[in-house]
Amino acid sequence: MFNDFEILETLSMFREQHLDVRTITMGINLLDCASDSSERACQRIYDKICRKAEHLVKTGEDISHEFGIPIINKRVSVTPISMVAASGDSTDYTMYARALDRAAETIGVNFIGGYSALVHKGFTDSDRRLIESIPEALSTTNLVCSSVNLATSRTGINMDAVRLMGTIIKDLAEKTAGQDAFGCAKLVVFANAPEDNPFMAGAFTGPGEPECVINVGVSGPGVVKTALESTRGQDLEHVAETIKRSAFKITRVGQLVAREASKRLGVPFGIIDLSLAPTPVVGDSIARILEEFGLETAGAWGTTAALAMLNDAVKKGGTMASSYVGGLSGAFIPVSEDEGMIAAVELGALSLEKLEAMTSVCSVGIDMVAIPGDVPATTISAIIADEMAIGTFNNKTTAVRIIPVPGKTVGDKVHYGGLLGSAPIMAVNPASSAAFIERGGRIPAPIHSMKN
Amino acid sequence: MSDSNKQTAVITVVGQDRVGIIARVATELAALSVNINDISQTILQDVFTMIMLVDYSTMPIDIKELASRMEALGDELGLAIRVQHSDIFKAMHRV
Repeated sequence: MFNDFEILETLSMFREQHLDVRTITMGINLLDCASDSSERACQRIYDKICRKAEHLVKTGEDISHEFGIPIINKRVSVTPISMVAASGDSTDYTMYARALDRAAETIGVNFIGGYSALVHKGFTDSDRRLIESIPEALSTTNLVCSSVNLATSRTGINMDAVRLMGTIIKDLAEKTAGQDAFGCAKLVVFANAPEDNPFMAGAFTGPGEPECVINVGVSGPGVVKTALESTRGQDLEHVAETIKRSAFKITRVGQLVAREASKRLGVPFGIIDLSLAPTPVVGDSIARILEEFGLETAGAWGTTAALAMLNDAVKKGGTMASSYVGGLSGAFIPVSEDEGMIAAVELGALSLEKLEAMTSVCSVGIDMVAIPGDVPATTISAIIADEMAIGTFNNKTTAVRIIPVPGKTVGDKVHYGGLLGSAPIMAVNPASSAAFIERGGRIPAPIHSMKN
Repeated sequence: MSDSNKQTAVITVVGQDRVGIIARVATELAALSVNINDISQTILQDVFTMIMLVDYSTMPIDIKELASRMEALGDELGLAIRVQHSDIFKAMHRV
């Protein structure tokens, strides 16, 4: 039925190459929890999450044991809270964050995403309240993640929101200065945010999603790297084929788990996010894959080309393996979560500018990057603006999860631990962007968005 | 996934070769009413590798328990014994 080689290869992928299902994320629609009493809304939110996701963690653990597939995280993502809270009587939205936090603790998930707002065309009053509350909300809760969508290819870039988010990120950093600005690791800003992304911190359940859904994120950088080791010296066609085949196998694992979880929980299967997501553990690095392509270190010239090929091959191989693909689906380059990236930064081989170039051909963006605490809010906004432009004008998702660490500067390193790893502080071009950012307004949608 | 695959698993045994490995593992499985459908085994430079395709439909315990017991047996014999549902292999290696 199966040949020995296939069986031993599979075994090795799980045992030695860190193949795992990175997350099973249950998306829960909370629009029906809205109430003109915010207190009642929070209670409904708590109750609905606890009811829908009651068996999520146990089911994940059961599937993991029965199939012998490590399932690292079980998570929940919800409707952007600014939509749910809009009709409520409270102007202090932190109570919603606390309700989410309590629910997450009760059901035992390790993160809950969706303390979010979609402002790509402009702010609603509720959006503003939500965003202004983010520093307080994320510094006083443990498990809540937040995201704001600032741009889409169809609507352009909300530069008022870009300006605001620079200050919000600084505030949040100050409020969590005692933990090296850890709060900022739970906040992402997006262009073209997907509504079904299962990964944190950017997961939310968009308004187009159904009542409840299961989305799965797989991961296997170690598997891809090991496969590539056997292609040394061969031309790039072989490299592409090898990555595609590995991505197929990795994604099939996710598909299997997703189908099983969906069946047991009685919740429809949404999508597989076929992302290659690294962890700080040795052997689980995207940067080392890039080096396997033949680059001395990630960040050397050729990195963008290699990453483009990797990202594309992962998508091609993975798409065949799953009935529904969505989320971010590509290669992740979070600096603090990738041991090879950290090494490249510390060697001086990988700069913020090179990372920016890399974001144009892969999945996430400027992710888990620590910068000096004294970088002005307007510069942070300008970094965001650049990233939004790459996403908006190239019809892809980009994001920024940046951490200005108070009191730290280039040469320092911060340690978050676990999956969030540790981050060397990266240098930021000191030239000022203040006058540009202070203009505000909207950058109009690119002409190629006029598809009708 | 067809029903006939539902209760089949792949058991792999890897480690230093010694007398009685197949006997011990097979005895343990027989005691649990697990039927061995296929065995493939090789020894490469003293490393013993065995792959068994088993049917556990009449097993009185669940697969999680089987996996734990096999892992414990492996620890006792100085081998790595893993149990995985055959669906994984089908999913990963067949288009």
